[in-house]
Amino acid sequence: MKKNLIRLVSVAAAGSVCMGLSACSAEVGVNEVSKETVKVGLICLHDENSTYDLNFLKGLEEAKQSLGLSDDQIIIKKNVPETNECKEAAADLADRGCDIIFADSFGHEPYLLEAAEEFPGVQFCHATGTMAHTEKRGNFHDAFASIYQGRYLAGIAAGMKLNEMIDAGKIKPEEAVMGYVGAYTYAEVISGYTSFYLGAKSVCPTTTMQVQFTGSWYDETAEKEAATKLISAGCVLISQHADSMGAPTACETAGVPNISYNGSTQDACPNTFIVSSRINWTPYYEYAINALLNGGEIGYDWTGDLTTGSVLLTDVNEQAAAPGTADAIRKASEDLKSGAIHVFDTANFTVDGSTLTTYLADVDTDPEYKPDTEAIKDGYFHESEFRSAPYFDLRIDGITTLNEMY
Amino acid sequence: MPHSEQKVREPLFHIAKRDSIVWWKAWLIRGVVLLAALVFAGLVSFLLTKENPLRIYMTMLEGAFGTQRRIWGLMQNLAMLLCVSVAVTPAFKMRFWNIGAEGQVLIGGLATAACMILLGDKLPNPLLLLVMIAASVAAGAVWGVIPAFFRANWQTNETLFTLMMNYIAIQLVSFFTYKWSVPKGSGQVGVINRATHAGWLPSLGGHDYLINIIIVLLITFAMYVYLKYSKQGYEIAVVGESENTARYIGIPVKKVIIRTMLISGAICGISGLLMVAGTDHTISRDTAAGRGFTAIMVSWLAKFNSFYMILTSFLIVFLQKGATEISTAFSLNESFSDIITGIIIFFIISSEFFIQYSVRFRRKEAAAS
Repeated sequence: MKKNLIRLVSVAAAGSVCMGLSACSAEVGVNEVSKETVKVGLICLHDENSTYDLNFLKGLEEAKQSLGLSDDQIIIKKNVPETNECKEAAADLADRGCDIIFADSFGHEPYLLEAAEEFPGVQFCHATGTMAHTEKRGNFHDAFASIYQGRYLAGIAAGMKLNEMIDAGKIKPEEAVMGYVGAYTYAEVISGYTSFYLGAKSVCPTTTMQVQFTGSWYDETAEKEAATKLISAGCVLISQHADSMGAPTACETAGVPNISYNGSTQDACPNTFIVSSRINWTPYYEYAINALLNGGEIGYDWTGDLTTGSVLLTDVNEQAAAPGTADAIRKASEDLKSGAIHVFDTANFTVDGSTLTTYLADVDTDPEYKPDTEAIKDGYFHESEFRSAPYFDLRIDGITTLNEMY
Repeated sequence: MPHSEQKVREPLFHIAKRDSIVWWKAWLIRGVVLLAALVFAGLVSFLLTKENPLRIYMTMLEGAFGTQRRIWGLMQNLAMLLCVSVAVTPAFKMRFWNIGAEGQVLIGGLATAACMILLGDKLPNPLLLLVMIAASVAAGAVWGVIPAFFRANWQTNETLFTLMMNYIAIQLVSFFTYKWSVPKGSGQVGVINRATHAGWLPSLGGHDYLINIIIVLLITFAMYVYLKYSKQGYEIAVVGESENTARYIGIPVKKVIIRTMLISGAICGISGLLMVAGTDHTISRDTAAGRGFTAIMVSWLAKFNSFYMILTSFLIVFLQKGATEISTAFSLNESFSDIITGIIIFFIISSEFFIQYSVRFRRKEAAAS
């Protein structure tokens, strides 16, 4: 058996050496990349049927056009699971001569890191990860966008809608309860719903919020059920942080206004869709690829925001939104950009009844989850500054979580 | 009488079971059907994508064998699928419908991961590896033997029972991946012992997967001998043909059922060990990647012969790898490659029909008279 195996292996190896020659010669010239020869790889967890992955695919397509790259300079691997397959996919992309490789899912990170160790001449850029700023390898980078800014702005649209309902006498001020469908109970989602709530509260001070978790990033039935449950419990406006159409369609059926995510859902929900925030990955692709082409460094941790164009809001649906919403969003957006206002201003929220002056956040990844970094300075919580991925995990007053899901 | 016979209309063709078929005829049928599958799948792909079918097939070959790394990846995937297929085989040969391999693999993997995480810095590596092997084998065996025990004693339905055991295993894995997740609450265990490599199966001669492949080949060989030449293998075959016959000639049926599922489960546990300690170095719900179910097809297609299983699992893995390459190279959705894989597998399964049965057309003179 063993002998046969060895024979099989050696035949296989001999065959592949011949076929692999062209790939080898491509690798040699890694340091002299030019716009005409640069090759870009992308690893996606799912395919374009997931709004999350679609956002990455669209972003790369736009970056390809703005940078003037051709189709054969882009190699995309879809449906790559968060296992050793991810390392194999990354290594295969490197074998094909990719100079820079992007991956879109949180769980890809350790495998991408392994590939980065094996291919020091190739740049690896990972979205939503947390390890690059402690690993400090020259060729491994994390990136995220400060989407909490976008959610804050979307929250303003929600607050104005609540005010409209109160002014019309449809609800009393204390009945301005919002519902939120979240995927999992961790920092990324907590940071998102808190910023959304604070945005709404900035214009409608009496609002409160209930959060229901589904335990999945994509589960249409569970998201629909969660939204329906919140609506029947008296929530008059719904938002969500999960990737299916479950919550928006539940809102359209019930006639309850919805603040969406990942992109406009106006086509499916013309009467209830107000506005949606989303991350635009194009600026990051452009930044990283340009840095590679110009011989510059790619930052080990990059955070896109409103200024870089990484955080976007869709057009406001005038049919469902309160009058003046678009203007209010525009103004707040300018204030956020200039630093006149901060989303997590400690003056605007309390935890267990008291205002915070200090909070140690768990920014550096370690198995013991040790909080390590002081996040509150100058009167606000500095989200996505010490690393790009969110770490705001405070449970503030005014928000009730109905369940927990991990 | 002849008059009335003439009125009976003979159908255009009828199907008859073959008594036996010479080996070359069987392989001729397989070859012709495979060719037909390629032509049909090529036609479908041309109509759907307007790409040259030959280029599509070349791309599949390229995806499976194009580089040394891909060949290793192919053999690694082949070994994993083969291991699970060999594991389910004795149970199926006994006509015990074990569809719980997925759960048995997962629980073996979970036991492995638990040892790596909890004992990684407490035991010297050789001892840790021994503990991991023992834990994964025991976990898989327990997961397999529970349904067998109920089936042997109380005639419970093993299909439903093993299926339910899958869900329990998946939920247990979900629970522990949360408990051990890094960073907290992310639901991802990440690479276990990345710095120390404690509990990782060693790479032989610089090849990470070689040890997996060798272990699986040894198991495959052992299973072939066990089923074909051992007394226990014979007992399995008899119980599979007829439990009553087995009982009549004095085979302890209960004991055989339990023993066989113990073996099935234990090998599944080893598959879990190879996937966690030898491949992924992590545990998640996706660790088994559906192999527990694909293995059923592999095993049946190979008619429970361990060596044929090398061929059938190669076929499945080759199609998977090739199909993935198609979607990357032609920017097509993965669903397209699933269609091609589906067509080819469907044809191959149908070739077994033509080997078992012959199609006889209405004879000319009968139609004329």
